[in-house]
Amino acid sequence: MTQYLIRRLLIAIPSLLGISVILFTVLALAPGDPFEELATNPAVPPEVRLQLRASLGLDDPIHVRYIAWLTAMLRGEWGFSFVSRVDVDQLILQRLPTTLIVIGSSQIVALAIALPVGILAATRPYSLFDKIANTLAFVGFSLPTFFTGLLFILFFSIYLDWLPFVYRTEINATGFAWFWEHVKQTIMPVMVLGLFQGAAWTRFVRSAVLDVIRLDYVTTARAKGLPERVVITKHVVRNAMIPVVTLVALQMPIVFGGAIVTEQIFRVPGIGSLLISAILANDTPVIMAVTFVFACLVVFFNLVADILYGWLDPRISYR
Amino acid sequence: MTEDQLRELIGRVRRGTLSRRGFIRRMAAVGFTAPMCTQLLALYGISPAAAQSVPPYRPTRRGGGQLKILYWQAPTLLNPHFATGTKDQDASRVFYEPLAGWAADGTLHPILAAEIPSIDNKGLAEDGRSVTWKLKRGVKWHDGQEFTADDVVFNWEYARNPAVAAVTSGSYRDINVVKVDDYTVRVEFPRPTPFWADAFVAATGQLIPKHLFKDYAGANSRDAPTNLRPVGTGAYRFVSFAAGDTVRAEANPNYHLPNRPFFDQVEIKGGGDAVSAARAVLQTGDFDFAWNLQVDDETLRRLEAAGRGRVNIVEGGNIEHIQLNATDPNREVDGERSHISTQHPAFRDPAVRQAMALLLDRQSIQEFIYGRTGPATPNFLNAPPRFRSPNMRMEFNVDRANQILDQAGWARGRDGIRQKDGVRLRFVFQTSVNAPRQRTQQIYQQAARRAGIEIEIKSVVASVFFSSDVANPDTYGKFYADMQMYTTTMPQADPGRFMNQFVSWEIAQKANNWSGRNIVRWRNEEYDRIYREAEQELDPVKRAALFIRMNDLVVGSNHIIPVVQRPLVSGSAVNLRPVLSGWDTTLWLLSDWYRET
Repeated sequence: MTQYLIRRLLIAIPSLLGISVILFTVLALAPGDPFEELATNPAVPPEVRLQLRASLGLDDPIHVRYIAWLTAMLRGEWGFSFVSRVDVDQLILQRLPTTLIVIGSSQIVALAIALPVGILAATRPYSLFDKIANTLAFVGFSLPTFFTGLLFILFFSIYLDWLPFVYRTEINATGFAWFWEHVKQTIMPVMVLGLFQGAAWTRFVRSAVLDVIRLDYVTTARAKGLPERVVITKHVVRNAMIPVVTLVALQMPIVFGGAIVTEQIFRVPGIGSLLISAILANDTPVIMAVTFVFACLVVFFNLVADILYGWLDPRISYR
Repeated sequence: MTEDQLRELIGRVRRGTLSRRGFIRRMAAVGFTAPMCTQLLALYGISPAAAQSVPPYRPTRRGGGQLKILYWQAPTLLNPHFATGTKDQDASRVFYEPLAGWAADGTLHPILAAEIPSIDNKGLAEDGRSVTWKLKRGVKWHDGQEFTADDVVFNWEYARNPAVAAVTSGSYRDINVVKVDDYTVRVEFPRPTPFWADAFVAATGQLIPKHLFKDYAGANSRDAPTNLRPVGTGAYRFVSFAAGDTVRAEANPNYHLPNRPFFDQVEIKGGGDAVSAARAVLQTGDFDFAWNLQVDDETLRRLEAAGRGRVNIVEGGNIEHIQLNATDPNREVDGERSHISTQHPAFRDPAVRQAMALLLDRQSIQEFIYGRTGPATPNFLNAPPRFRSPNMRMEFNVDRANQILDQAGWARGRDGIRQKDGVRLRFVFQTSVNAPRQRTQQIYQQAARRAGIEIEIKSVVASVFFSSDVANPDTYGKFYADMQMYTTTMPQADPGRFMNQFVSWEIAQKANNWSGRNIVRWRNEEYDRIYREAEQELDPVKRAALFIRMNDLVVGSNHIIPVVQRPLVSGSAVNLRPVLSGWDTTLWLLSDWYRET
């Protein structure tokens, strides 16, 4: 097991290096620079802009910049944003709590919907419940989040005037009022993301359970006279969860990465909105850091998923 | 009307033989607008009894609660010398103040200066080589330290130091600043400078405290803790800042003006998009003020109908215009297209350029596309009013365009497109991707077709079009097309820097990495000469006349066709009284904002 772990981690290094090279070159080849706004401002002489570019090393060849970035990264220096001149790790840490709360709770909402509904629908296939759940799931994942987001805003904020549609991290209140304000402004983004994700997962859980429920060992379990509850939870769900775990584990980095579109609509200051504004401003160090952390998390959760298989299904062994 | 006649009239008003009203009437008869006349008089020290460039501040006490401002671009830093965009300048302006700011009518308003320098108060040197600023006494930084001339001098040293890499260095590197006494500084210029109000004024003039930045005035400028926790002299002091998200401030109890500020707290929330920002202020009333609403007028009117907010439109000098390339974009010389040694095969004929100007239906573009957010204009230089030319006309006339082209010998070919000597009137017209611009392109294309000119529309993503990427052929600076359209901004109330975009030594070309500002590559000896003259001209009336002549030259050549002015559009709650200006940052006088009850 330990050997397996070490091997997997060693394999991860070249793939991460490859990812970083690709990211860096693509970013370097993309048009634009962080001082675009200065270019159209006649009050700023072009020399000032050229000098700024030079001072940030933007005029060096790509490979020199990449090596400089890599060595700094290995020393634990993430660099600083060209735009805000703040250290990148500080920027990310500032955004992390909001991201974890909003995206994390939306994933919990999604699981809380998908697991019971999916399992229940699979145990009673083609019943009325299954049909309704199916229809709603289709509606849910065929509506994109930017659309449901706007729909929610129009209905809950503008028509009913119940919920605010601008997310504010700092709220002027204490105690319960503070908590309630936070809940009110978090409901819409969490629901938009949670319902979308939940709908997709419901379909997945249902088909995973359906695959298992027809197998002979389930019939055996029932023939033994086990109560239905035990059959479903112990024998069916546990086996059906293997593909679901892969899916959910691979989804976990997204919790970190945030949801770009939804964050933009509701002005949630999460990592997604940090990434998109960095991309729009050609702020290479921030884009590199966020996407690279993201890549690391994907690799890491892949490993976690593989390890979880072994726990769910003892037939899988690690060599 | 010649300059001498003008001067004589002003003299008569001064001596009292001509009334102000009589002066304005005479000027109106020759096409000058009333604001322009008032400003000409003001320049000569003849101002109306109640000269108010800033609306009166009414509240008699503080304690106005919270002010919530929404920016759809989030502020990313709070050091004015590093501000890359208006959003950062605005956010810094909450805490930092300049010596003076520009009011909506293009006149200076003292902030940390005791008075605006003039020849009369001996602030301006007669030879235009220096300006002496008297500082307001008793102003304190938020941490209690006194604001003095040392701080002003320090800002000059800080900004001009290349190691600091300040964005504002352009305003400071060519001047010399001398401390006269603790409350007086003198700015010295290498040559006579008519536009002296650049350093220490408005957005680039925001002053940072010496005692907190003096240890970070070099290559370590990025490490200064005060970069993120500003300590200024402003009406509001720092509470918290999350880069790219929220700036929070609270009232400064020791502010240097009485009864100000009105609000207890100010919050600037950033991010999102312009339409929903407009919605949050105009329709739901969740926020009090929304900045830079680049939203079509129809939507704004619909949101305004909710009655919770209104749209503020403030005139500035920004101008959406079309350029007709003076050089040939299809011929390569020394690896460079649109090379300065070439001439555009069709646009070198003045008749073609005149026809192109006649085919632009500005009235419809204003009416159907921009509405209140884009008044049609015949001038490139529109503001402040004293620089606006009365001589240009805009006309939309397809028949006349046809006539002119017929006379010039451009005959229609079999496909209906005019040609002469093998040159076909077929032009590539590029602009950035932006809905109103694409609609304008279409309107122009249709009108041109009726005159036998084919326009091929091209649109480039804004981040590419406006980039300075030397390797990209689609940038506006390279101008590898026959025509292009975009907005030039005018960040100062003085046209000196603005009008340098047509002088021959600013031509964008390979040699300067296309960073030159004369992108249309138009050359005119008279223009160059009078621009040089205006650089040295200290007499304000004469100088205004020179700039008007420059506008007439470049617009008259029809290489530049002005389309619409782009005033600054913002939204505010109905009871909020913001003080706005098109010549300074949006929050330039946040200290005077209040809420009516």
